[in-house]
Amino acid sequence: MDNWNSHPAIIAGRLLFAWMLPLLFLPLMIWFERKASAFMQDRTGPNRAAILGLRLGGVIHTLADVLKLLSKEDVVPTRVHGLYWRLGPFVAIVVAQLLFVIVPFADDLRLPAEDITLQGLQLDIGLLWPLAIGALMVYSIVLAGWASNNKFGTLGSLRAAAQMVSYEVALGLSIMGAIMIYGSVDMNTIVRAQGELLWGFLPRWGIVLQPLGFVLFLVAAFAETNRTPFDLPERDSEIVAGYHTEYSAVRFAFFFMAEYIHIVVASGLVVTLFLGGWQVPWLGTEALRQNARAVLGVMLGGLVLAGIVIVPAALRWSKRLRREYTDARRHEGSFWATMFTGAALAGAAGLALLPGLALPGWAPAVVAAVAQLSVFLAKTLLVALTFIWVRWTLPSFRYDQLMRLGWKHLLPWALVNITVTGIVLVLLGGGS
Amino acid sequence: MAIDPALLQRLGLRPTEILVVRPTMGFWQRVYLIEVVRGLGVTLRHLLRNLFRQQDMPTSSFPEVVRTLPEGFRGLHRLTKKEDGTPRCVACMMCPTACPADCIHIEAAESPDPSVEKIPLRFEIDLMRCIFCGFCVEACPKDAIRMDTGRFFDLAGTQREDFVLSMERLLHD
Repeated sequence: MDNWNSHPAIIAGRLLFAWMLPLLFLPLMIWFERKASAFMQDRTGPNRAAILGLRLGGVIHTLADVLKLLSKEDVVPTRVHGLYWRLGPFVAIVVAQLLFVIVPFADDLRLPAEDITLQGLQLDIGLLWPLAIGALMVYSIVLAGWASNNKFGTLGSLRAAAQMVSYEVALGLSIMGAIMIYGSVDMNTIVRAQGELLWGFLPRWGIVLQPLGFVLFLVAAFAETNRTPFDLPERDSEIVAGYHTEYSAVRFAFFFMAEYIHIVVASGLVVTLFLGGWQVPWLGTEALRQNARAVLGVMLGGLVLAGIVIVPAALRWSKRLRREYTDARRHEGSFWATMFTGAALAGAAGLALLPGLALPGWAPAVVAAVAQLSVFLAKTLLVALTFIWVRWTLPSFRYDQLMRLGWKHLLPWALVNITVTGIVLVLLGGGS
Repeated sequence: MAIDPALLQRLGLRPTEILVVRPTMGFWQRVYLIEVVRGLGVTLRHLLRNLFRQQDMPTSSFPEVVRTLPEGFRGLHRLTKKEDGTPRCVACMMCPTACPADCIHIEAAESPDPSVEKIPLRFEIDLMRCIFCGFCVEACPKDAIRMDTGRFFDLAGTQREDFVLSMERLLHD
């Protein structure tokens, strides 16, 4: 096979990965939403559901929730518009999933034969794809809210339509400065440009070059994902649940999942545009490939370090569990201690073997890709968790405040950003 | 705010002016982003504190850890006994009379003891109605009913009948 990069299996694999990635984030996001919000409000949060005494700090509750939503009756209210009502949740989740295919998760995987792009779909339109597809999100909400034949639903979808259309303007304009600097809408080109150093020490990330653009994009992204403080379409205290008031069971779960997937996608875009994407700070792809052994060593060392930090804590916790519980839960501390001891031992063994190990030819490329993928996932997760963190901190905006912020603050500042960026680029004589 | 003078006159009030001073936002508060970051700091502080010092959280994990109730807490009722083991209650009907929730039902019978007029044949407390006000304890002239069992959180049942406490159960608690 000459052309590995466009082999159907490789394309399918990449798409599957891009499709699964946000789904894999879901349990983590929901867990953080519940547990972190609890801790922020001095509550304990979910801590009961367990499998064989393992509670994973409440993650099992998410599983229980999923089972509950799957096993509930699928209620279709009598006077909804059948087709549109059923279409709403599907459009929501399909659109949310489609957005992520454009985000690159590591630099090209250099195999002996050919470079393989690690990105769901290689589209020349690049950055325009999420803007175009993201605009379809409003359809699902309007369809759902209007087809519900419910005042609250209609109100929610009206608000959503006004909000998303307003903030799309700011969203699109806020990244214009970044596009001008990078001179491309191709995501991989943008990320590669961020691998360089500014003044020799600062990573040339979008947030450094475009601080205002970053803030504007982040705010607009919050509004696009309908998260607090921009949660007008589904504000519980005013319009029950907004556009998904009439949905239950799996159909509700679809909206719920779409919301979190949308957050992950927005975080992925923020990371790619402004936080260096898959770039490991100060370490370019070539440096990672050349020092694959050292990178591997750092990874294994991380395992050992995690063991050293977590095992004593788990043992201390275990003592308390044994005092408090009489059922299987009392063994959870020992379980984690065992797991992390094993991980630390494996890491230590790997470290001991590493200097004498002959790495195969493909290893440096894979190690570099894995390192970049981990860094990308870590950054995305951090930004995604910030979305939740902000939700549990800020009160939401009133409708007039929302509109004023969108049209009278974000939009002019985005235009200022574009102007200043353009002037600076012309003065520096660079850009493209 | 303008108030209708006729209304004030009818209510017998003199018109007064109330000056409401609302807090105004300074420039940096108006910018909002800095306040946002400060708010994030507050929530992060709570998050980290509760993450690393979970034992200091006010929540107690109930079935495993039962909180000790303060002295004098009005919990589940009990009927006290005389030295010979019979209930102290003389079925005087003071407690059902005092009960605002009407949850105590007593059926009296003639006492075999000539020095005592009546004994309760049936003494039931319907916990579904009881509001745990303690008036029955206050009303009792014989110190026959108390609410000092310290039980309150584990009063659960699967059917309504479980919540009607018979005299036997009240004497045992």
